[in-house]
Amino acid sequence: MQTTDALSQTLLLARGRWKWWELVLWALALASPLLLSSHALIINEIAIVALFALSLDLILGYTGIVSLGHAAFFGMGAYSAALFAKLVMPDPLVGLLVGIGTATVLGALCSATILRGTDLTRLMVTLGVGLILMELANKLDWLTGGADGLQGVVMGPLLGQFEFDLYGRTAAWYSLTVLLLVFVLARRFVSSPFGATLKAIRDNRLRAMAIGVSVNSRLAVVYTVAAALAGAAGALLAQTTGFASLDVFEFHRSADVMLILVIGGVGWMYGGVAGAIVFKLMQDAISSITPQYWTFWIGLFLVVLVLVGRERLIRPWTWFGKGKPGAHHE
Amino acid sequence: MLTILFDGVAYGMLLFILAVGLAVTMGLMNFINLAHGAFAMVGGYITVLLMQKWGVPFLLCLPLAFLGSALLGGVLERTLYRPLYHKPHLDQVLFSIGLTFMAVATADYFIGSSQQIVQLPEWLKGRTELGDGAWMLGMGHYRLFIIAVCAALTLGLQYVLTKTRFGSRLRASVDDQRVAAGLGINVNWVFLGTFAVGSGLAGLGGALGAEVLGLDPSFPLKFMIYFLIVVAVGGTSSITGPLLAALLLGIADVAGKYYIPKLGGFIVYSLMIAILIWRPQGLFVRKGGK
Repeated sequence: MQTTDALSQTLLLARGRWKWWELVLWALALASPLLLSSHALIINEIAIVALFALSLDLILGYTGIVSLGHAAFFGMGAYSAALFAKLVMPDPLVGLLVGIGTATVLGALCSATILRGTDLTRLMVTLGVGLILMELANKLDWLTGGADGLQGVVMGPLLGQFEFDLYGRTAAWYSLTVLLLVFVLARRFVSSPFGATLKAIRDNRLRAMAIGVSVNSRLAVVYTVAAALAGAAGALLAQTTGFASLDVFEFHRSADVMLILVIGGVGWMYGGVAGAIVFKLMQDAISSITPQYWTFWIGLFLVVLVLVGRERLIRPWTWFGKGKPGAHHE
Repeated sequence: MLTILFDGVAYGMLLFILAVGLAVTMGLMNFINLAHGAFAMVGGYITVLLMQKWGVPFLLCLPLAFLGSALLGGVLERTLYRPLYHKPHLDQVLFSIGLTFMAVATADYFIGSSQQIVQLPEWLKGRTELGDGAWMLGMGHYRLFIIAVCAALTLGLQYVLTKTRFGSRLRASVDDQRVAAGLGINVNWVFLGTFAVGSGLAGLGGALGAEVLGLDPSFPLKFMIYFLIVVAVGGTSSITGPLLAALLLGIADVAGKYYIPKLGGFIVYSLMIAILIWRPQGLFVRKGGK
């Protein structure tokens, strides 16, 4: 018994160990606002979107919950961070914690809604929560500014000394640092025994239950954690742009983040990051050609992606083999 | 008050016609199709364009809208949808969102983003009022027409499903695809036929509803949630379930927007979440059903 325990422990630890190229990658990422200083704004956006996609990956990639309303938590984080800065105090770090806190509470409440039913039911419930929050933000206009958005958010300097500048360099570093921190924690989270049980639930819920995994509490915990991270991403967006509008709750935001994750690959820590980089650069390139019809190309991309097969598109070496799609979990 | 009930019923019937195809295809193939609204939009645009460009009478446009959408549905089923029946739900969701985005952008590109207006014929424009005071019932003729058409269609559908050979094949395929195929039912043809008719009905609904719901390129996204509510709450095992769910949704939505306009869609969404937490398989599904 002792040896198998030790063996599984080393196996889990080996999975979670950092490789040298990851360190290089992160060093490059943190240096990027300096190296590409004129693109700091888009680096900031990429970092935020990557964080958002990472949070979706926890529930979609690692646990297998298809959610179309993840923007609910993103928006919750954005609005609470913006409101906190406007009404209470402008310190960004405290605001970030507040954003995470409210999103966590919301996530914990909503986690009760995703425990039962089929994929369709979950899809509907998550979509519904997103729409309800958007409706609330729209109607509570004395608080949120309604359809005009919440304006006049002024952020204080970061740690009391770094002002947010116009070129977004501070913002980019801020977002990248938060992303790195969250990434480290999330990585630890999914490579822990707890993370292993999540994957067991994703692959076969019934069997996971049979070996004694308490499915419902695991789902509730991971959903709450993912909500907290999405809230962090939302808070970062509101703080670095100084603005929160109904757009943060929109359906297309939930759809986009799902696309981002799928581009990068689900169930892989770097999926969100890779997807965010590709998506943002693609969006930048295409919308400079046809700003209005960008959604057409994104739709076409999705259709082709699915028809070709998600697994195959990101693994070009399988294109010319026997066209047998990889085995899939149900 | 009766007027609101009446409008709610008309709205609900319309939603039912729009969503019934989705309910049947979802029950049949377990395919989450978020692009259903796109077929409704196609039907709506066929009607609007035929009436504006060639002056085709409204009543003739309705069957044409049905045929156009059904044809499109059939072609897409054959080419794009079929390979995805056995893929995971995530793939289906991504695919149909993609299709919806494409439909929205295409409509925007070719027809423009403005709201389209349907010129109703004279005899559908009036309004009849019965009784007075709090119990006054005002019936718009067009809404009466919608109710009549939708009720006739519902009865027709129910008849086809329960009494005809195709209906029993369809029900057999919904209950168990493999056994149905083993009994010699050509399940592929049943799928194709059902998908085409479902899309056609959505197109017809879109044509009928262009006046009531409004028609612009964002139609498929705006009403996607409504169709899905009908299906999720009503369940996919019968058509009475979605019918009752659609009526409930229609009445709740109209009444909610009339009495408490401040809350907007809030009531409907909360109601849906409450129902789905209470009965995740849908309100009208017998226990142990698929």
